[in-house]
Amino acid sequence: MNWTLALPEIVLACVGMATLIFGVLRKQDSTLLCSMFVIGGFLISGLLVLTRANGFGFHGQFVADPFSAFNQILIISGATLSLILALDWNRSQGIARFEFPVLMLFSTVGMMIMAGASNLMTLYLGLELMSLALYVLAAFARDDLRSSEAGLKYFVLSGLASGLLLYGISLVYGFSGTMDLGSLHELLLKPESASPGLVVGIVFVLVGLAFKVSAVPFHMWTPDVYEGAPTPVTVFFATGPKVAAMALLLRVMGTSFASLVGAWQILVVIVSIASMVLGAFAAIGQTNIKRLMAYSSIGHMGYALIGLAVGTASGIRGTLVYMVIYVFMTAGTFGCILAMRRKGKAVEQISDLAGLATNDPALALVWALFLFSLAGIPPMSGFFGKLYIFLAAVQGGLWTLAIIGVLTSVVGAFYYIRVIKVMYFDAATEPFDAKPASLSFVVAATGLFTGFFFLFPAPIVAAAQAAAGVLFR
Amino acid sequence: MMDVGLGHYLVVSAILLVLGIFGIFLNRKNVIVILMSIELILLAVNLNFVAFSAALNDLAGQVMAMLVLTVAAAEAAIGLAIVVIYFRNRGSIQVEDVNLMKG
Repeated sequence: MNWTLALPEIVLACVGMATLIFGVLRKQDSTLLCSMFVIGGFLISGLLVLTRANGFGFHGQFVADPFSAFNQILIISGATLSLILALDWNRSQGIARFEFPVLMLFSTVGMMIMAGASNLMTLYLGLELMSLALYVLAAFARDDLRSSEAGLKYFVLSGLASGLLLYGISLVYGFSGTMDLGSLHELLLKPESASPGLVVGIVFVLVGLAFKVSAVPFHMWTPDVYEGAPTPVTVFFATGPKVAAMALLLRVMGTSFASLVGAWQILVVIVSIASMVLGAFAAIGQTNIKRLMAYSSIGHMGYALIGLAVGTASGIRGTLVYMVIYVFMTAGTFGCILAMRRKGKAVEQISDLAGLATNDPALALVWALFLFSLAGIPPMSGFFGKLYIFLAAVQGGLWTLAIIGVLTSVVGAFYYIRVIKVMYFDAATEPFDAKPASLSFVVAATGLFTGFFFLFPAPIVAAAQAAAGVLFR
Repeated sequence: MMDVGLGHYLVVSAILLVLGIFGIFLNRKNVIVILMSIELILLAVNLNFVAFSAALNDLAGQVMAMLVLTVAAAEAAIGLAIVVIYFRNRGSIQVEDVNLMKG
């Protein structure tokens, strides 16, 4: 029983509860102070993740290894960026309440537990802790009909997905006799132990996790929730939960069920192709920028899933690198979207961007950089993400996936570049409000990462390599 | 008299699961029914866990069933709260009225 391995999660949860008590007991508005506490908690937790030892804790329920550390750091970064973006937005939209950072914190704890789960039980509890907080966050603007509708839709569909995941877990447990991921791996090395019931269970687990990463055909909630939820919550939805669910997919499929690769590989390939194609084509007709980003993220998850479909160490490494790049460029793009305010009121149509290049050249430039990166145009970071993924696919012999991936990126480039065209070549309209400093900070930081990733890819690729290596012991 | 074995439990739980899923997708009336369907799915899963736990002579399944019960309670509380704020904004909880965002 080595509980110190879970110290980052425990510390973070304690900070959350302390902040909650502080926020309730203090008479004045304490949103900013609570947000600062939570950001401090994120930083401490991140440092603890970096310095902690490796090993199994809680009788094998929880694992600390380079793979979980990699994903946890990424999750914490995404959560911190979205919380910083929320600071000013929530105040200006009149939804600044101290529960917001606390809910974000508990959701993050859930994601960190997911990334460190080495048992299906821990996996489920982490997933639910994440989801329960996310339901509330999606409906956080409680006087706004769209936000409450987003919360309701996410609740219903996510509840269904958790139910299916749980049913899958029960089948896996029943037909193998264990919920431990390591024992499952050893058990399944013997081909005769793979009973049909177990394979059905694996498919259910795959469905539940595919819902969380919003892969086609389980993507229906994504555009509505992205559009309806308050924009900082959308940033949060687009970063942390995707990383956590992808980490689970990699760990569960890539290790425990790795010997049954013949049974699930074709499913992942189909899901990946469907996501890439839908992400590319459904986004073309969108007029709302947040909906466009929703389809864009569906497409990006399709690319990331290629790495899992390949199933080799280089494939997993590709997926991990892709997730890092995806988190930072998505957070940056949403940071730009948060700047779309006129007289304090948020605007979301792509046509509202007309002439941004004359009104605010710096914002237009950095936004164009993010969009080029999302489209995968060198030398932006998005290109390198796709490069590692397609390289792994070609090495793994999955030529179809690589070719479809390249073709859908070309289609995707069309709608990203259309947004740039609106910013640079359409007649200017009324300028946006002045940007708050917190927003400029996030956009500048993620912009530097996205624009200059090609100068320093080595540390991130090496970390991803070490993380992927854990799954192939 | 026929003995009730593991297979029977699995069949009942599979039927409950399918009823729950159909309850979500075929229901056009009321959001509360959807909440009930989600509970039904979770209970089907619990039946599965307990039956497997007894058949395997292993306690982990029952521990998991307790955890699922707890999570189901929390989920129902949050679900009802969301339904309440939705009703306050929309004045209705008919499923066909949940259609503000499309495409």
